[in-house]
Amino acid sequence: MKASAFGYARATSVADALELLTAYGERAKVLSGGQSLVPAMNLRLVAPELIVDIGELTELRGVSLKGGVLTIGALTRHADLLKSPEIAAHAPLLKDAVAHVAHPAIRNRGTIGGSLAHADPASELPACMLTLGAIIIARGPGGERRIAANEFFVGIYETALTPQELLVAVELPVIPKSSTHFFQEFARRHGDYAIVGLAAQASIKDGRFADLRLGFFAVGDRSLLAKSASKLVDVAVTSAVLSEAASALDDELDPLEDQQATPAMRRHLAKVLLTRCVSLLLARPDLRAGASA
Amino acid sequence: MTSERANPQTLSALDRPNSYIGKTVPRPNLDRLMQGRGLYVSDIELPRMAHVVFLRSPHAHARIVGIETSAAKQMTGVIAVVSGRELSTVITPWVGVLSHLKGLKSAPQSAIAVDRVCWQGEAVAAVVAASRAQAEDAAEHVLVEYEELHAVTDMRTALDPATPVIHASLGDNLAFERIHDAGAVDQAFAESDEVVEAEFVFGRHTGVTLEPRAVVADWNAAEARLTIYQGTQAPHMVQNIAALHLGLKESQVRVVCKDVGGSFGIKVHIYADEMATYALSKLLRRPVKFVADRVESFNTDIHARDHRCKGKIGVKRDGTIMAFEIDDLTGIGPYSMYPRTSAIEANQVVNLVGGPYVTGNYRARARVVFQNKNVMCQYRAVGHPIACSVTEGLVDLAAMKIAMDPVEIRRRNLIADDAYPCASPSGLRFEQLSHHATLAKLVQMMDYDALRAEQAALRARNIHRGIGIASFIEVTNPSAAFYGVGGAKISSQDGVAVRVDAQGSVICQTSITEQGQGSESLTAQIVGSVLGVSMDRVRVILGDTDNTPYGGGTWASRGAGIGGEAALQAAKVLRKNILDVAAAVLQSTPSELDIVNNAVVNVVDGAPRIDLSELARIVYFRPDTLPPGIQPELMATRHFVPREYPFAFTNGVQASWLELDPDTGFVKLLKHWVVEDCGTIINPQLVDEQIRGGVVQGLGAALFEKCVYDERGQLTNANMADYLVPMSGEMPDIDVGHVVTPTLESELGAKGAGEAGTAGAAAAVTNAVNDALRPFETIITEIPLTPQVILTALGRI
Repeated sequence: MKASAFGYARATSVADALELLTAYGERAKVLSGGQSLVPAMNLRLVAPELIVDIGELTELRGVSLKGGVLTIGALTRHADLLKSPEIAAHAPLLKDAVAHVAHPAIRNRGTIGGSLAHADPASELPACMLTLGAIIIARGPGGERRIAANEFFVGIYETALTPQELLVAVELPVIPKSSTHFFQEFARRHGDYAIVGLAAQASIKDGRFADLRLGFFAVGDRSLLAKSASKLVDVAVTSAVLSEAASALDDELDPLEDQQATPAMRRHLAKVLLTRCVSLLLARPDLRAGASA
Repeated sequence: MTSERANPQTLSALDRPNSYIGKTVPRPNLDRLMQGRGLYVSDIELPRMAHVVFLRSPHAHARIVGIETSAAKQMTGVIAVVSGRELSTVITPWVGVLSHLKGLKSAPQSAIAVDRVCWQGEAVAAVVAASRAQAEDAAEHVLVEYEELHAVTDMRTALDPATPVIHASLGDNLAFERIHDAGAVDQAFAESDEVVEAEFVFGRHTGVTLEPRAVVADWNAAEARLTIYQGTQAPHMVQNIAALHLGLKESQVRVVCKDVGGSFGIKVHIYADEMATYALSKLLRRPVKFVADRVESFNTDIHARDHRCKGKIGVKRDGTIMAFEIDDLTGIGPYSMYPRTSAIEANQVVNLVGGPYVTGNYRARARVVFQNKNVMCQYRAVGHPIACSVTEGLVDLAAMKIAMDPVEIRRRNLIADDAYPCASPSGLRFEQLSHHATLAKLVQMMDYDALRAEQAALRARNIHRGIGIASFIEVTNPSAAFYGVGGAKISSQDGVAVRVDAQGSVICQTSITEQGQGSESLTAQIVGSVLGVSMDRVRVILGDTDNTPYGGGTWASRGAGIGGEAALQAAKVLRKNILDVAAAVLQSTPSELDIVNNAVVNVVDGAPRIDLSELARIVYFRPDTLPPGIQPELMATRHFVPREYPFAFTNGVQASWLELDPDTGFVKLLKHWVVEDCGTIINPQLVDEQIRGGVVQGLGAALFEKCVYDERGQLTNANMADYLVPMSGEMPDIDVGHVVTPTLESELGAKGAGEAGTAGAAAAVTNAVNDALRPFETIITEIPLTPQVILTALGRI
């Protein structure tokens, strides 16, 4: 279990990293936290010719707030997100989600940029980006691109990034004061990849959803911003309405089979999460009681 | 911890005022390990040492058409690329059978496959290079041409006439069959008010050790001697087998076993890749290191517990259990493992089912079949979890059928505590067990009635919790009946040598081994207590065939009971020798003297007479000052093996309290209790942690662990992300209680404690899940109890 031989370069600037990525293209891999890349290399699932280590590019690390926009540098570690007062105040969903990312040792190394660029469909952070309406900022030889989260994730481990581009930051609009959120995932053990998860953000007015964004993960080849959420907005939610939304959600899902769950089980658990989310956000335990049958 | 002595003994050497027995004292090896100064095989670097990587078959069953090694041999750092055929000039094949398991058959197995591979992961070539990375690079350039053969994977069809026979010379795929019939089973079922049947399915799993299997073999051609550094539980067994198959005398093989990062039975077997490493060292005349990586560990460390067992129980309406019947089927991979064989697990299942209960009516069949998967063999609590899950599952089903409380049906059927000695329907002899005392204590510890009331109240609020109880018996302190009688050169006796050094410290060499369970500690505690010497003056040496007495090692819960008694007896002889000399020096008599706190004292008033250090000085440097004719002997050796009973059975009972979410199928373990009886407890903390560790491995089996094979014999989850080991976050608090019934076979009175936790944990959890599922009128008899299994049983998906 040793990686095959590879070249290693520690980038001294973003420009330097981009130069290397331009020269090597698909033969290079960017190393940030290394929590997915290094095990894959040791298992010889990937054998890049060159590793471009961006670990020293401190300008890519940190959270800042300006004009109603949170900017998170790509090298910001999961542990930083957990501790950030800006995240806690303006994107509390993300804070809740990060607590579910693996274990402390991994959160101390892993980065938000690494997680998003890796695009594991069972990861928490891509779903949060969809729910929070993030813009992903990439820099390449042609300059900077701003990519909406719903256009960034393309498939399993696939994103809109080209091999010459580097993910440098994400921007999140600050959530409105009245907004509330829900995060839950089903995993066999603490820190495991989710079997199914849901990152939701909502505005509630007079017991109804004024806005509801449901970002499901581990329900297909990428995270899903459920369109069926619209069925719950601006209506009095009853068991019948919820059940209709659940059935619409079912049509949107295309779950994969793996060691932990069949597609049928994922569909079932996604509906359980929907029910729990709606019932909790609206403070309506009655909606949950009816749903388990 | 709380404990009661069921059989108070007369005062012995162990009850001395400064005894360490029964006390939680720190392990002597703790500082060394905590400071990172342990010596694991991976840490060993020898001059000219090479690293071997095994190229492993991607197919479950295939003919090897050709192996092309020339490109690999050209690569940087490569020393040799060796095929199975080439290696067979140095090492002979083996067959894993034992004569007392009548009819057991297996085929010759080679260190590296010759002509044919029989499971995915079997080695087809060895690549030896200056570093592991270079060997892995070169292994990618060894080209093997395979012709795929039909893979036999499903144990249920392995014996069908239409299924190909894996080893033609054996005639069929049946490795072993045992049939047992005791009492009047048919009549008992006929007289039962209710008869309940179920099929119990167990997931194949493995004992995931923190440190993988590792070996450094160093053939010194000048000395004609092979030194094997290996993390093993049984150094003398490895010595015997390495010598046998390399054509050497045992005196030409030394096995050194320093620190071992967990073994659980995984490291008590002889693995083909380890044999290949010994042989490669001899072939290449240099040290060779093999360290299994995690993927290799999953593909080659023995698996266990792949059983499907049909069970049947008959019960009277008053709760009397009338009879048990089982039909067990297990698939063990393509070979019976060497030298302990892969029939022992099924044999244990037959031995242990129904064991805690009074009924004498018992019929059993066990069939062991070959298949093209990794080999199965003995893992912690061999056969116990199967037998316990089947027995206790059936008892709960019977109780449910006659609407009797699970504790009550056990009270009415467990063998009475005053009924010993007696025997089980499978012929096991019990010296003295304490089922009722342990059950009573468990019920009290868990506050059973209050828990039942809480369960009922929560159920009304749609919260589904369950209570599961599992009684068990445990095989410990094995005599030669386990392996020796079948012809295996596996010692069942152990030896200890104790001596006083020139400054009055004590050096103790023992043949038992340490893999983290505390063998060093218990040996030092016993020796210190008997001698009257403080523990910090006792140094324990183990794990070296050149420097310890001959013995079995540590497995089957034998270290404390057998090795501990040898230590006690050796220390007693040494104590007598010390007092003899002291009496001569002090012009006293031995009976007037004692040793307390490292000094010889008067028995009468405890007044110090002479320090051990001073006595040692005289003995070693000024023997001329001793009275004429005295030849002091400040060293003693004793060996011990139980002679009366083939095994020292222990017993206990476990309980699980859990919550099941019927929407998601997830189970949350809330609490676990164990009450067990391992006889004399030497170190309460070590025993409790053994029990807890064992429980955790049982809980892993109950909820998480399974080697998932596809129909082509591919192991699909050979990594730590997909194979779920139990983690602390999901583990409940585990309360451990004891009832103490010392065995009278030894002065120490200790029985084993290593298997108890694993034996009953899964049964307790399964019973608790079924208890929680009662309102849903469904029963699950399959583990692991994954959300997928539970949701399916509930009809939710």
